[in-house]
Amino acid sequence: MTPGWLLSGDLPRSRVLAALLVLIAAGLFLAPFVFPGAKAINVAAKICIFIVLVASFDLLLGYTGIVSFAHTMFFGIGAYGAAIALNLMGPTWKAVAAGLGAALAVSLALSLVIGLFSLRVKAIFYAMITLAVATAFQTLASQLSDFTGGEDGLSFKVPQVLSPSFSLRDTPFLGVDLNGKLICYYLLAAAMVVLFLIMLRIVNSPFGRVLQAIRENPFRAEALGYRTVVYRTASNVLSAGFATLAGVMLALWLRYNGPDTSLSFEIMMYLLLMVVIGGMGTMYGAVVGTTLFLMAENYLQDLLKLASGAASGVPFLRDVVHPDRWLLWLGLLFILSVYRFPAGIVGKLRAGRGAP
Amino acid sequence: MSAPLLLQLEGVHTHIGAYHILHGVDLEVAPGELTVLLGRNGAGKTTTLRTIMGLWRASKGSVRFLGEDLAACATPEIARRGIAYVPENMGIFSSLTVCENMVLAARGARRAEAMDPKRLDWIFGLFPALRRFWQHPAGLLSGGQKQMLAVARAIIEPRRLLLVDEPSKGLAPSMVQNLIAAVRELKQTDTTILLVEQNFNFARQLGDRVAVMDGGRIVHAGSMAGLAADEGLQHRLLGLSLSAHQ
Amino acid sequence: MSSTATTAPAQEALPKVKADRLPWLLVPLLALAALPLTGSFSTWITLTFAGLAMGMIIFIMASGLTLVFGLMDVLNFGHGVFITLGAFLAVSVLGRMAGWTESERLALNLAAVLPTLLVAMAITGAVGMVFERVLIRPVYGEPLKQIMITMGGMIVGQELIKVIWGPQAIPLPLPAALRGSLLMGEAAVEKYRLIAVVVGLAVFGLMSWVLSQTKVGLLIRAGVQDREMVESLGYRVRRLFVGVFVAGSALAGLGGVMWGLYQQTVTPEIGGVMNVALFTVIIIGGLGSVSGCFVGALLVGLVGNYAGFLAPKVALFSDILLMVAILSWRPRGLYSLVKS
Repeated sequence: MTPGWLLSGDLPRSRVLAALLVLIAAGLFLAPFVFPGAKAINVAAKICIFIVLVASFDLLLGYTGIVSFAHTMFFGIGAYGAAIALNLMGPTWKAVAAGLGAALAVSLALSLVIGLFSLRVKAIFYAMITLAVATAFQTLASQLSDFTGGEDGLSFKVPQVLSPSFSLRDTPFLGVDLNGKLICYYLLAAAMVVLFLIMLRIVNSPFGRVLQAIRENPFRAEALGYRTVVYRTASNVLSAGFATLAGVMLALWLRYNGPDTSLSFEIMMYLLLMVVIGGMGTMYGAVVGTTLFLMAENYLQDLLKLASGAASGVPFLRDVVHPDRWLLWLGLLFILSVYRFPAGIVGKLRAGRGAP
Repeated sequence: MSAPLLLQLEGVHTHIGAYHILHGVDLEVAPGELTVLLGRNGAGKTTTLRTIMGLWRASKGSVRFLGEDLAACATPEIARRGIAYVPENMGIFSSLTVCENMVLAARGARRAEAMDPKRLDWIFGLFPALRRFWQHPAGLLSGGQKQMLAVARAIIEPRRLLLVDEPSKGLAPSMVQNLIAAVRELKQTDTTILLVEQNFNFARQLGDRVAVMDGGRIVHAGSMAGLAADEGLQHRLLGLSLSAHQ
Repeated sequence: MSSTATTAPAQEALPKVKADRLPWLLVPLLALAALPLTGSFSTWITLTFAGLAMGMIIFIMASGLTLVFGLMDVLNFGHGVFITLGAFLAVSVLGRMAGWTESERLALNLAAVLPTLLVAMAITGAVGMVFERVLIRPVYGEPLKQIMITMGGMIVGQELIKVIWGPQAIPLPLPAALRGSLLMGEAAVEKYRLIAVVVGLAVFGLMSWVLSQTKVGLLIRAGVQDREMVESLGYRVRRLFVGVFVAGSALAGLGGVMWGLYQQTVTPEIGGVMNVALFTVIIIGGLGSVSGCFVGALLVGLVGNYAGFLAPKVALFSDILLMVAILSWRPRGLYSLVKS
């Protein structure tokens, strides 16, 4: 069980990056104990969920070179699948399994259809089509109120073991209540690790290498005998599948799901930002980018509040560093990354540390 | 060897993506002559023309026009130096009328009325069909007529060098005769032409000089008369398949 | 003078030049089909004008987008930013002229609106020039980066707009004389909708004139079809493109002003939410075709309004259903310009 085997041979290749990853991993695993309060554990859970989602998006965008705006749709299918199942069948593990299975089936089918139909067209058309499909799906979700709870969404109970009322021990352990929420958190963290490692294995397999060859030069790959449509569709389906799993994770954590929790365009934008800033085509970029972004979303505002307070005398400056405008700064970082750091933070770290 | 060369390629290599198409092309085109670039499919003839035109960049070597290196120039600049390009697919704008196609080619003219009437008359004489179809969308023309339009566009204003890619391809024999007559008349106006062809029998009627291409290199250069007279050389360079072209 | 051997066959009949008017017929056909469904004539009049007005405004917003894409294969996912900017500029400029906008005299109202339009177009055009230079030019020929960077431009642009004008919705009332409706028999048609139709027709007329009667227009039409050949003829298509991009941005700004006045409220998302509708329209119309864009926009506007009245649940998907229907008939859009 060497690190090499575990990481499928895809080592960080940069001491700073490796340190950063260890730090993030440690932070996530110790979060409930080291960072007290509901907000911290919520952010940590969100990071775990989004690492899976962003990594699945990296599989599609970074490794296969496909821009799809429908990714949040699969996220939502997973979340709704679990939500509807738990709502209809009650808070049992059977419901979770049923929801998971149904959601995966729908996602796989939909991604297959979209892939086969649209991957034959130019990248820009594919982007537009996925945008339209995702928008239509979001509208559909908010309209089928009987099924999906409409605009208000669905609230539901999760299996006993995961619910906040469940208690493993009456007295706190190291200052933390050993309740269902904690168990749920560690379930998510474990799932995140497992799913991430699986994706790492996929991108480092022969299949993954063919994907990268197709991304670089589809004509050459086709000439070498690889049916690009097949590979790209497969990548589409796989990434949709992992996104769906992330959706189920989200539903279990929030015990609620609505059109805006998982299907909004805002989330799609965030995904794009996270994967590019972190580093496309690296997988580790998903970890770094997600952590950076979500920390910024939740804590940059405090920093900006200070700056804004300091600049309160200068009207324009005060508005530009206003905490609500945190997205402006991340947007600028994003544009800079697309421009000059295509391999994002991870690429920059690797390049600067005598990487091969 | 007295007149300075109009166009000179030295050691030109061109890569398209991962493919290495031109492997050191050396080519000389003297002014006032019609030079034929001969070779089979895939020899690199079209790539050579496109490299001259700047549509593809030479990765090594130099392309000199009137002594100046074209490497730093973008395609529009290269065209403005006086090179006209008639591509293999003719590049006709099918949704535009014949007249509009011509106006586009006449850089100096903002409207149809501003084109040189004498020159237009001369062109109509060479290609009468163009006058008939003047206001019609160019997409309605037959293949041969489109080829005429493509050539007409290249000569509506005087140019120093014409690059023509396989004009006889797919044309009916009668059309080919028209084309030969038109090119012969063009030659009388002292226009320099670099003609790419697979069809040796078409080329031999027009060419002054010939360069044979194979595998991205020039394998023979000399006078057309010389090649036409030497059947053994023809078979060695071109293979029997080419002279079977009618 | 010539001695061309004419071995061509004897004078062949000139093929009939049939102008492709079929797509235009769709608009009246659609309107007529909706008449029996809506029941009353006056309702139909109201809906039709609403649809036409909306369609005209959508056309104004989308016209630049289709040419930009047709000419350089650039799809600006940040196009909505210019729409939003135009709308907010209208808020600022019209806001300063409250005296004139509140007056009942049409002349004063117009004296306020016209400069608003000009200012909005000038500024959005200028921003468009910066946008092209900073964001788009560096990534020509790389569609993936283009998509991402223009998206980034949209995010940053929207946030900057929030910095300048604030994140909340701002009302944009119509000038006094432009409010209200005209009575046509039993039907009430809003004055502003009529104005929108007139402006839309004017913009379309101007664009058509430029495209068909000027050399620049000729270059654009040719460039949309075969950019490489236009360059081989000696024209700097890149420069042409910048001009088209700036014009498209200015038009989007104009559309933004008109859309803001139509809704009478302006939000920072007002442009972004149009993205899907605009892409639908340019795909329906055929990329690079202004006429197609015009017909497509009218169809989208009409279908949206008819469906909104007849079957509100379906109305949300009307764009996409219309697109599927049109593409089944003509897979490349109403007027496809074949790229050689």
